[in-house]
Amino acid sequence: MSIEIRNIHKRFGDFTALDNVNLTVESGELVALLGPSGCGKTTLLRIIAGLETPDAGRVLFGGEDATHTHVSERQVGFVFQHYALFRHMTVFDNVAFGLSVRPRKVRPSKEEIRDKVMKLLKLVQLDWLADAYPGQLSGGQRQRIALARSLAVEPKVLLLDEPFGALDAKVRKDLRRWLRELHDEIHVTSVFVTHDQEEALEVSDRVVVMDHGRIEQVGAPDDIYEHPASPFVTQFLGDVNLFHGRVDGAHLTIGDYAHPLAAPPGEGQALAYVRPHDLIVSRAADDALASGTVEHIHAVGPLVRIEVATGDGQTLEAVLAKEVFRELAILPGESVFLKPRKVSVFLADGDYSI
Amino acid sequence: MSDVSSRATAEAAWVRVALTTLALAFVALFLLVPLAAVFWEAFSKGWQLYVDSLTEPEAWSAIKLTLLTAAFAVPLNLVFGVAAAWAIARFEFRGKSFLVTLIDLPFSVSPVVAGLMYMLLFGAQGWLGPWLAEHDVKIVFAVPGIVLATVFVTFPFVARELIPLMQAQGADEEQAAMVLGASGWQTFWRVTLPNVKWGLLYGVILTNARAMGEFGAVSVVSGHIRGETNTIPLHVEILYNEYNFVGAFACASLLAFLALLTLVVKSLVEWKIARAQAASLNRTREARLASA
Repeated sequence: MSIEIRNIHKRFGDFTALDNVNLTVESGELVALLGPSGCGKTTLLRIIAGLETPDAGRVLFGGEDATHTHVSERQVGFVFQHYALFRHMTVFDNVAFGLSVRPRKVRPSKEEIRDKVMKLLKLVQLDWLADAYPGQLSGGQRQRIALARSLAVEPKVLLLDEPFGALDAKVRKDLRRWLRELHDEIHVTSVFVTHDQEEALEVSDRVVVMDHGRIEQVGAPDDIYEHPASPFVTQFLGDVNLFHGRVDGAHLTIGDYAHPLAAPPGEGQALAYVRPHDLIVSRAADDALASGTVEHIHAVGPLVRIEVATGDGQTLEAVLAKEVFRELAILPGESVFLKPRKVSVFLADGDYSI
Repeated sequence: MSDVSSRATAEAAWVRVALTTLALAFVALFLLVPLAAVFWEAFSKGWQLYVDSLTEPEAWSAIKLTLLTAAFAVPLNLVFGVAAAWAIARFEFRGKSFLVTLIDLPFSVSPVVAGLMYMLLFGAQGWLGPWLAEHDVKIVFAVPGIVLATVFVTFPFVARELIPLMQAQGADEEQAAMVLGASGWQTFWRVTLPNVKWGLLYGVILTNARAMGEFGAVSVVSGHIRGETNTIPLHVEILYNEYNFVGAFACASLLAFLALLTLVVKSLVEWKIARAQAASLNRTREARLASA
């Protein structure tokens, strides 16, 4: 079932949580709402679920207006960041809850409920925990039970609020992959909220980047990473070096250095962003964007991080593979040039909101 | 390993012995000795006199009135307490802190003042007195006044137990129930109430104990009419003042016995729950071993 969000506004007192948000989620898609805390992503998710009412705008499920449908009748699955399992019920009763509260006429029989619950517990690979109480489970197990519970009612859409936010790094990675596989298997339209760009880029079909209650960019993970539409998106998606300069014609000028641009954004003062792994460290000056002195070299792991101090007091960071670093044989204190492999340029006074 | 760490963090032996002895001595002196004295005094002239002093008409009427009062005060404050705690823990509204202060009022006001308040309101010279007299409604110096005064002094117990508990638990589970299709009523019975049942039980026990034992407020509005408006605590005082020690302590022992009974019931329920949870833990462990 598709979800359409039209002109949604939401304020909490003086704080604008959502400012005219429009978004369409196609049927069967897995979409990530990505943004820093306070950007409105959780509010948007809760409005889709019906846990919050928008001040203005509409929410449509499969083309039908659901803005005023009560949360208990929206047939959505919602997975909470802190699981929200019913602590006084066993795992089995938790998963069975959505079926057992149905009106008598449409409630499945005890045996049907039992079969369905055990099937779901097998799907999340925790059928042996049916008799346990939530307090006896680990964080990862709880979140999988919470997911099974929300799937028991066969929701039309599945909404997940920072589902892995409270888990440690290793479990988080496993569950991420597992969620992706589960979605490939059951294909329910899903929206999940996260502030972790790696998670959003790895799991979802499409990413919606939000900031200050507005949508900054919508696109496939690869598209968003390679072609960020605004300075905010560029900075939010990972480490980045910032250069202040000018665009004149088809050239980007930064200090004494000029760099040809294939698709200049216009003319005027500009911000240029280069990711650390897109900076090539070299002893030759051709195509360089900056130069400086090597300050620190961090050579732990397969990648080597080099910090270069430029003349104007800025510190730039470049990341290169260990083999490349060995060939270069750079030492601290040496003068080097930095050449960009790929640069994202935005005009300083541009308006990049959509 | 655990031995070493516990020895490293434990106090010296004499400190532990001294503190334990002090605590036990305190409990014995201030709790056990008075309790034993009540029963000792009650039975000092034999079993027959004990039974007689409880079954004589005035004592019997006091017992009935006390039970009746508790039968009104406990359910009323149970419903009110749950409703107030729910409103305060789950919603933001204007005047919320005022409501919280209002709930605490019976704790901060002396029970005698609470009783006088009702006299001022419903007494013969009170604001509503003449109107009530005209319509032949008796509130003070009658059962309704006693019930009202008791409801007032036991007002905060349930709400005070539940508010911090419900605030700490948050609304996530209730929201999860709603998303899963539960109605408000189903959410309340199947999620909200089971989550707070221990706090609720504790609040009810405290309410009941206070409702049966309240003296000050009830004393003011009761009028001390023997066989009609005396509750057990009032009856105890009257008997004591008349040097009828066996009678006074027999009635007092009844209150003490009710207190002990509620404690036993509470411990029993807690023990059963702990046993059920331990059983589930065992089943889980076995299942884990079987699946491994």
